[in-house]
Amino acid sequence: MIATRDAYGEALAELGGENDKIVALDADLSGSTKTGVFAKKFPNRFFNMGIAEANMVGTAAGLASVGKIPFLSTFAIFAAGRGWEQIRQSLAYPKANVKVVATHGGVTVGEDGGSHQSVEDIAIMRAIPNMTVIVPADGEETKGAIRAAAAYKGPVYVRLGRNKVANVFPAGHKFEIGKGNVVAEGKDLTFITTGLMTAQAVIAAEKLEEEGISARVLHIGTIKPLDKELVLKAAQETGAIVTAEEHSVVGGLGGAVAEFLSEECPTLMKRVGIYDRFGLSGKSDELLKYFGLNAETLIEQAREIVSRKK
Amino acid sequence: MKEKIADLEEKARRLRVAIVKTLHKSQSGHTGGSLSAIDMVCALYFHKMRHNPQDPAWEGRDRFVLSKGHAAPALYVTLAECGYFPAEDLMMLRRLGSHLQGHPDSKGTPGVDVCTGSLGQGLSMANGMALGFKLDGKDNRVYAVLGDGELQEGQIWEAAMAAGHYKSDNLCALIDANGLQIDGDVSKVMNVASIGDKFKAFGWNVIEIDGHDMGQIISALDQAEAHKGAPTAIVAKTVKGKGVHLFENKASYHGVTPNDEELPEALRCLGCCD
Ligand SMILES: Cc1ncc(C[n+]2csc(CCOP(=O)(O)OP(=O)(O)O)c2C)c(N)n1
Repeated sequence: MIATRDAYGEALAELGGENDKIVALDADLSGSTKTGVFAKKFPNRFFNMGIAEANMVGTAAGLASVGKIPFLSTFAIFAAGRGWEQIRQSLAYPKANVKVVATHGGVTVGEDGGSHQSVEDIAIMRAIPNMTVIVPADGEETKGAIRAAAAYKGPVYVRLGRNKVANVFPAGHKFEIGKGNVVAEGKDLTFITTGLMTAQAVIAAEKLEEEGISARVLHIGTIKPLDKELVLKAAQETGAIVTAEEHSVVGGLGGAVAEFLSEECPTLMKRVGIYDRFGLSGKSDELLKYFGLNAETLIEQAREIVSRKK
Repeated sequence: MKEKIADLEEKARRLRVAIVKTLHKSQSGHTGGSLSAIDMVCALYFHKMRHNPQDPAWEGRDRFVLSKGHAAPALYVTLAECGYFPAEDLMMLRRLGSHLQGHPDSKGTPGVDVCTGSLGQGLSMANGMALGFKLDGKDNRVYAVLGDGELQEGQIWEAAMAAGHYKSDNLCALIDANGLQIDGDVSKVMNVASIGDKFKAFGWNVIEIDGHDMGQIISALDQAEAHKGAPTAIVAKTVKGKGVHLFENKASYHGVTPNDEELPEALRCLGCCD
């Protein structure tokens, strides 16, 4: 059980040893984003850009255009937020080989409050053409995702969290961009989840089993491109979908699944997430509970959707 | 005048005590940058600004923008001392259900006019207020407190350019130049020196002071108000964590709160025995 940002720090430092094209940039948060681990090992390949996120994105684009593989990091709200247009114009439009690894996504930033809780970054990153959007479930998947992002040629947005999260995947889990994972089999409904909600779906599925409801858990580590094959299969085979994410229900994973299924295979659906509002100060576990981002909500929604199916 | 200064110094001491107690209670929040800014915030609210705690929305009030929003504790203890809300509320800082968010939130806190916390945006908002007052022929003034690390944001210089261009002489920016940011020395992370020259180049009136010397703060604020035809930047040399030697000049106390062991010593430094 580790925080995905810690897994990132380790993976980036490891990759830095394997490939000297990898460079890292940060905006005065290298201790929190864990790029500091890389900075310590490779000080001349680390650029602290100061509190200047838009400039950091542009600088990374320049580094990429002369053959470097830049990983840039700050909190999700400042990367996807302050840097949005720079990411669109200087990274995605020319398909620059830059990896935006944003930490402290979602409400688990906690006490810093709504100004620091990024609940819309998945939606806004997903809307940009050429952009790949990854939200790992745990530390193991994060390590795989960072490796895959480095190997992939083009812009990638990886969204990580602040807190320790339970493991969903075993050590050495292989991550493939664009591929979802069926974490648990089931036939009555499918939980399609991302980030820390996947672990909650596993818990929910186990509890539902006791009530005679068989829930499949499909983890979507890559929101874009979406693993349409697995989503379609889940819709056809289970006939009911509950999505869940630590993000607004507007435009994130739930939005992506709904958009796709509404055209290919209209299916009963429920979206668990933050209902179009800003975050609040509080302890992360309190906030997860307050916003209903837990197994209990998934269980309620599963019961309801299964009853509607009949 | 001497009495006035002594009064304000005593107020600032008490506000420092309140900051330390509040942050100890919340166990989350920003210590260093709150203690470095408090003398200026204190001088603004208890000497310079026109405002009315009984009527937070009074139209005649001057405006305050805490652009370095993470120093919210400095603002909250000051607002509580003014009577905008009960001091007990401070003990709920950063808790679920509290109106005191981790960063200033105008939606819930009486006396807070703008949401800040994402660095670099405050000076633009302050200049917008200043331009609005001028349009309406009003003499309200606008004060903004900025961090020196925060000056690394490009938007600050867009705002500085605009305020200089529009000669917003009802605007005063106070730069809390404590020389530290999260990753270390501002000069090492991304050098912003010479701050005064930069503002001057954008057409600002610049006053450099010791940001912990109450006499200098007051005199600078008075000079800023008297200066016509250009906005004023008060570049205040400060000490991050000022007043508590445990925290002084330590980047590591940027976002770290006093723990149980540190609390008695911190309060002792501030001349507080209770
Ligand atoms: C746009 C943005 N980027 C990053 C942060 C994270 N952050 C909070 S405080 C801080 C350092 C601020 O340094 P400075 O302005 O010098 O403030 P002070 O030292 O007075 O506390 C950073 C990087 C933020 N709040 N907003």
